[in-house]
Amino acid sequence: MRYFLTTLTMVLALLVTTAQAEEIVAGLNQNQISITTDFDGSELFVYGAVKRTAPAPEGPLDVIVVVIGPSKPVIVRKKERRFGIWINDAGVQVDAAPSLYAVSTNRPFREVISFTQDQLYKVGLNHSVKLIGNTNDAAYPEDYLRAAIRLNEARGLYFEQPQGVTINQETLFQTRIRLPAQLVEGDYRVRVFLLRDRTVVDTLEQGIDVRKVGLERWIYTMAKENAAIYGLLSIALALAAGWLASTFFRLVFP
Amino acid sequence: MNIYLPIAEVSVNAFLLLGLGGCVGFLSGLFGVGGGFLMTPLLILIGIPPAVAVATEANQIVASSFSGVLAHWRRRSVDFKMGLVLLAGGLVGSGIGVQIFALLRELGQVELLVSLCYVVFLGVVGGLMFMESLTALMRSRAGSPPRRRRQHHSWVQGLPFRMRFRASKLYISAIPPLLVGMAVGVLAAIMGVGGGFIMVPAMIYLLGMATTVVVGTSLFQIMFVTGATTLMHAIYNNTVDAILAVLLLLGGVIGAQIGVRIGPKLKAEQLRILLAILVLVVCAKLGWDLVRTPEELYTLGGGSH
Repeated sequence: MRYFLTTLTMVLALLVTTAQAEEIVAGLNQNQISITTDFDGSELFVYGAVKRTAPAPEGPLDVIVVVIGPSKPVIVRKKERRFGIWINDAGVQVDAAPSLYAVSTNRPFREVISFTQDQLYKVGLNHSVKLIGNTNDAAYPEDYLRAAIRLNEARGLYFEQPQGVTINQETLFQTRIRLPAQLVEGDYRVRVFLLRDRTVVDTLEQGIDVRKVGLERWIYTMAKENAAIYGLLSIALALAAGWLASTFFRLVFP
Repeated sequence: MNIYLPIAEVSVNAFLLLGLGGCVGFLSGLFGVGGGFLMTPLLILIGIPPAVAVATEANQIVASSFSGVLAHWRRRSVDFKMGLVLLAGGLVGSGIGVQIFALLRELGQVELLVSLCYVVFLGVVGGLMFMESLTALMRSRAGSPPRRRRQHHSWVQGLPFRMRFRASKLYISAIPPLLVGMAVGVLAAIMGVGGGFIMVPAMIYLLGMATTVVVGTSLFQIMFVTGATTLMHAIYNNTVDAILAVLLLLGGVIGAQIGVRIGPKLKAEQLRILLAILVLVVCAKLGWDLVRTPEELYTLGGGSH
């Protein structure tokens, strides 16, 4: 009994210290990104500090910043040679694939977080791109999953910045994440993890609202909601442009 | 200067699009083809999703062909009666084409279908046109006067519903033009082209129309069929990108006007052989892409099963 009580006190003490010893305070330079006609990507600046009530504990301090875009299912298809030409197969559905995944750390990802902690907090890319059920019995789904990641990496939508975070005197940290021009609308999440000795000490999450605005918004909404009017307007625009060019050239170069 | 396209959801250089529109528009005015057979593969090449490229290109062709029709109308080189018959077939074909397109998009085979259509049609038309114009060119070099072509297809002559097309100098059945129009309508919807490269040769060699009205009449029909295609793609597939269209057609209409003015100054045979070479080059490129082993076997498609 006495042994049990001692253990309990120790565990509690440990819990209290880990929970309160270090906390994260962070901010973003923008909580809303507007996609305008001249939108050419955007730079996200994440900064923050570590709040302490006691002297800093032992072990290396690390920070992970993850930006995740809205997730949706995608179909990955593989080309096969049939009758001499390359044809898409039926494909495999990857049930969740974020439109963007950026991870910025102060050291390579695997050095700052342990495997079990990654499993627990679902930080890594493999927790965001998921296969739930295989939709194609003839295929090896893992190949398609890896291809989905590879293709998004090639498009610059999934990326890692292994030296992206700078930490000053174990207290202040900051990172810049360049969001690409091919940004899709939706709710983006920024997750910040504070780690000590490869174990998560504190986490913080903030949202970024990415929206088309102005002309972009107007066109997009109209194309989806008033498709017929939008189509007619497109044609009218085309006819007007054709007529203008024709008239202009006739008057200028008779 | 990069510009974000609201429907395609990609950011593209605006001057690149203007330039592409201008070059393709020039060819359009010169040859009386919509130019879509060049533009659609180019758009896909610079990263526009194929579905958006096809639908938006149809919209752009409306502008360039209207601009061309106006120029031809003033020169009285449009056979409106023939144009209307071709159009009737074209609208039916366009409706069928959009449905096929939506179905294949679901199956993930749109790119394959588009490429296959291109290779087959461009190959056949380009090859025929090349041979024909080469013979004509050699004959004119030899000094013998160019023979006035008169087609006498027995089966074409035997069909019912004969109509008189004064401007085309024809008295034939309405069925062949209807079928030609319909075939072109299907192609317009699937390939994002006006179909001029099919229609112009069909009008000359199959229907035997007077060559002076071929280009104007073809543009007249193309304008309406691509208009209908644009509308249907906008409604069924939501894939018309207005900003992309504006940039393309700004360049396109100007290019087309220049082309229309230069066209009459060139010899018809030379013009046709140039077009034939262009068609064959595009065909060879697309055919090669179907056959060679791709670097990346996998592709990403949106939506769900």
